Amino acid sequence: MTRDEITAGLAEILEEVAGVSPDDVAEEKSFTDDLDVDSLSMVEVVVAAEEKFGVKIPDNDVQNLKTVGDAVAYIEAQS
Amino acid sequence: MSRPDVVVTGLGATTPLGGDVASTWEAMLAGRSGVGPLTQEWAGQLPVRIAAELAVEPTEKLDRVKLRRLDRSEAIALIAAHEAWADSGLADAPPEPERIAVSVGSGIGGAQTLLAQDDILEASGPRRVSPHTVPMLMPNGPAAWVGLELGAQAGVHSVASACATGAEAIALGLDLIRAGRADVVLAGGTEAVIHPLPIAGFASMRAMSTRNDDPERASRPWDKGRDGFVLGEGAGAVVLERADHAAARGARVYARLAGAALTSDGYDIVQPHPEGRGVIRAINMAIADAGIARSDIVHVNAHATSTPVGDIAEIAALRTALGNHPVLTATKSMTGHLLGAAGALESIATILAIRDSVIPPTINLDDPDDALDLDVAAHKPRHMDVPAALNNGFGFGGHNAVLVFARV
Repeated sequence: MTRDEITAGLAEILEEVAGVSPDDVAEEKSFTDDLDVDSLSMVEVVVAAEEKFGVKIPDNDVQNLKTVGDAVAYIEAQS
Repeated sequence: MSRPDVVVTGLGATTPLGGDVASTWEAMLAGRSGVGPLTQEWAGQLPVRIAAELAVEPTEKLDRVKLRRLDRSEAIALIAAHEAWADSGLADAPPEPERIAVSVGSGIGGAQTLLAQDDILEASGPRRVSPHTVPMLMPNGPAAWVGLELGAQAGVHSVASACATGAEAIALGLDLIRAGRADVVLAGGTEAVIHPLPIAGFASMRAMSTRNDDPERASRPWDKGRDGFVLGEGAGAVVLERADHAAARGARVYARLAGAALTSDGYDIVQPHPEGRGVIRAINMAIADAGIARSDIVHVNAHATSTPVGDIAEIAALRTALGNHPVLTATKSMTGHLLGAAGALESIATILAIRDSVIPPTINLDDPDDALDLDVAAHKPRHMDVPAALNNGFGFGGHNAVLVFARV
């Protein structure tokens, strides 16, 4: 899966869970500061991403995923 | 310090009869039933396959992402609260947050969330359980959400007294203003438990009507053919305000909340006291609290749920406490029983009866019980002057809440 495909998949999840417009989703965007994803919604995003991409994202690693790009890189490394 | 008067300056509701107060009131005066068949697949296995579902789904008023975080009971509490807040004019000129309180209760709470997440837990494991589960199912959730959206900082309260909840929440609002703890209280009740488990539970108590083949005629308070209540869902909210606060801003005033009383039967967990001892005391205390004459109470919006025992126990209590003169109605004949929201919705009907000089009808009262010896606005609305009226709300646990509304 390419980075662009992973970004697009995350955008779908962010729209479903938090109402984020897919146009706003880009690798440099911060989940909390730019996209207004709060902590409970972030938990939903992580669980949905695990299911969508067939990866495991332990809670200890979630705190390091500040931006969309961080998440894309994490998923890319596992898949 | 003299006790401040408290007035009602805003109303909001979403009910089986309409998505707002105006449409609900219009349907009530037209004598329409909000009861219909349950068409969900799960209903097939139940002894009760009728209910009074919302006329307007919350998805038509709140956006999808917001609804993901709200139990249905929370969503409809917000819809009713927004309407009441806008109706009062306070949405445009909000008071100090530290003078706004909330008193919104639910009889059962976020049961639909609890049960849906339990299904997910069983099917997919704990990691799939929504992180929104706890704030969605907690019984203070509706009050907390309303408080958040109004910016209320004078306290957010959630009473739970089963089917007396809505009326008790309004009584608490009166106390908060009288005690000087708030100038404005958004008060009401909400309930959304049309789900197989609560229905099965009530049905096992033999408390519900099983007139499955004739839904619109199933809720029939005081009629000989009544066989239990019909479950409804919905929310009602009123804005209570210190009278001088309302006057200072030139607010439109619907009525005065003149008095209230709360008692408990101390008798049985579900059966009403046969002579209505706790109800009689509550009515007497509420009238004394209001400081008006018994003869001024010309109308009662009764609790009357369409159960064989409860309906007649209330009649006996009303006759003892008030005499024969008040004109009664049972709007549950049209709305079904909204449990924790019933007292709020029926307070709204009582307030509008005072405003419009018309008592909404009790439908389906075709063959009155022999023990019904009081005047009921049966079948058709009754046009008459209503200077003051009572709303009764009683709940499992022996809770009795009585409110007195009066024209300003």
